[in-house]
Amino acid sequence: MKLKVAEVSVTIGATPILHDVNLDVAPGEFVGLIGPNGSGKSTLLRTIYRSVRPTTGTVLLGEDDVWSVSARTAARRTAAVLQNSPTPPGLTVHEVAALGRTPHKGMFDRETAEDHEIVVDALSRTGMLGHSDRIYGSLSGGERQRVLLARALAQQPELLVLDEPTNHLDIRARFELLELVHTVGVTTLAVLHDLDLAARSCDRLVVLDGGRIVAAGPVLDALTPAVLSEVFGVTAVTERHEDGIVRVTYGARPLAKAS
Amino acid sequence: MTTTSSRPKTPRRLAAVARKTTSRPAPLHRVPLALSIAVLGAALVVVILVAAAVGSVSVSVGDSWQIVWGHLTGSKPDVNPAFDQIVWNFRIPRVLLAALCGAGLAVAGVVLQALVSNPLADPYILGVSAGGSVGAVAVMALGAGALGGLGVSGAAFAGAMLAVALVFLLGQQRGKLNPVRLVLAGVAISYVFTSITSFLQLKTEPNNMRQIMFWLLGSVSGARWEQLQVAGVVVVGTTVLLTLFGRQLNALVTGDESATALGVDVKKLRLVLIVLTSLVAGVLIAVAGGIGFVGLMVPHLVRLSFGVDHRKLLPLAALVGAIYLVIVDLLSRTVDPPNELPLNILTALFGAPFFIWLMRRDRSLAHS
Repeated sequence: MKLKVAEVSVTIGATPILHDVNLDVAPGEFVGLIGPNGSGKSTLLRTIYRSVRPTTGTVLLGEDDVWSVSARTAARRTAAVLQNSPTPPGLTVHEVAALGRTPHKGMFDRETAEDHEIVVDALSRTGMLGHSDRIYGSLSGGERQRVLLARALAQQPELLVLDEPTNHLDIRARFELLELVHTVGVTTLAVLHDLDLAARSCDRLVVLDGGRIVAAGPVLDALTPAVLSEVFGVTAVTERHEDGIVRVTYGARPLAKAS
Repeated sequence: MTTTSSRPKTPRRLAAVARKTTSRPAPLHRVPLALSIAVLGAALVVVILVAAAVGSVSVSVGDSWQIVWGHLTGSKPDVNPAFDQIVWNFRIPRVLLAALCGAGLAVAGVVLQALVSNPLADPYILGVSAGGSVGAVAVMALGAGALGGLGVSGAAFAGAMLAVALVFLLGQQRGKLNPVRLVLAGVAISYVFTSITSFLQLKTEPNNMRQIMFWLLGSVSGARWEQLQVAGVVVVGTTVLLTLFGRQLNALVTGDESATALGVDVKKLRLVLIVLTSLVAGVLIAVAGGIGFVGLMVPHLVRLSFGVDHRKLLPLAALVGAIYLVIVDLLSRTVDPPNELPLNILTALFGAPFFIWLMRRDRSLAHS
């Protein structure tokens, strides 16, 4: 489903966080949201999964403003994998994934065989079915992210929102997770910290700096040497290699001249 | 140089050992909820009958069953009328009140631990106990006229609700409830109210002291059938309601942001949970004083045994809490006859060592 963020501004207390942000994600697309720390990436995601209400502007998913439908309705369409979630002691892998059914269930509804199948399917798609009875807190970082992704899939979302899903993962687990998200094929908007990983796995990139979008488009158009130097403060080039993969190559002395 | 026959424990093997002990779900995790409820429910009935039979006048458990059955069905039990009087009019109300207190406090403890995401939370973390004490002690120390004619129970309930309201207002930040602030506000308000209680105790006549002391340490000895109705409706009603919120509580313990992304209106949920738990704790304070430890320990005990799904946790905690407090009340009136001990002396003395043993045995409590 198409996501359209239109003229969104967020001010928390007296501090402006986002200014007139416009962003589109087409159905089936994988869009990366990048920018330095404090540029407003997480806040932008929050306006999409309905945690922070935009001061002005609208967030449309398909035809509906996500802020005009109920929290439950919105969560049936948008699933989020977030960083820094506390891990409740004692929950099993299956129980965590089954939380994804929450927005589909009213107070008096019980879990049906269909719910169980959806959760089992989500766990098997993320390769975690064999770990169903393990305690979530005993998993490695990469395994936890897979379980959270399974939880998101159990929500049967039309949009997947990821906030730095590869943080703290070792290098193989990072590639595995992003490949998994690609295989799943749901429309995805992901905040990514690692520029090279973002460049090689996203269809398009949106660059946020100081709460404004400063570049957006296909990877090579968005992540230009000028953007790399002005926004991220590093000397680097982005180019498509012979194998078809876009890579970021950092300069010999990557610290760009102080601006 | 020779190598020892047993393989050395490398860090990798140690990690594997540690993982093995912490990666398993709780031992009774797979037991169906209906079966657990049936077994614990039956156990509750048995301890209630035993507790109703034991006392200064001993009645057989069979007779106590006949008396209860007779009153429930309207048939005339074939037992000594004096026994009937003792069991039905004095012991059963008392035992049922103990069960209701245990159930309500355990349920409130489970919910508040989830609400403020703090394993040390108990039903009194929002100031209910300190507020209730001021109300009750003011009436006992200054006389019934002190709070506009309110009795001890009414004054305790009013004090408890006042304290929660203050804590609730102080726990807001930018229109949102902040769990850390809520806990800190609860601690601060409790100190203020406790100091007022201490002052009142110091100023009162010495012959009021025993009554005050007994009330502060919790007791169900004054139970009458009339009191049971309010407590029963509130405890059973809130337990059912909160169990219906079980799925949302499960989402809440994964964090506010995560719960929001799962479609839970966190702000509204917190408000509902605070109102319901305060109501339970306030009503129980009013009828039985501040019974400690049950609301802290039973939730952990049930989590360690049955897992952390709130849809199971809440009804099972209610039953375990009820059984536990019926037993504690039975001990409180039998260990030192003819004297009765307040409940708080035994809840912790009897429960804490067991809890410590359980905590040391099961590492998953520390693995959070």
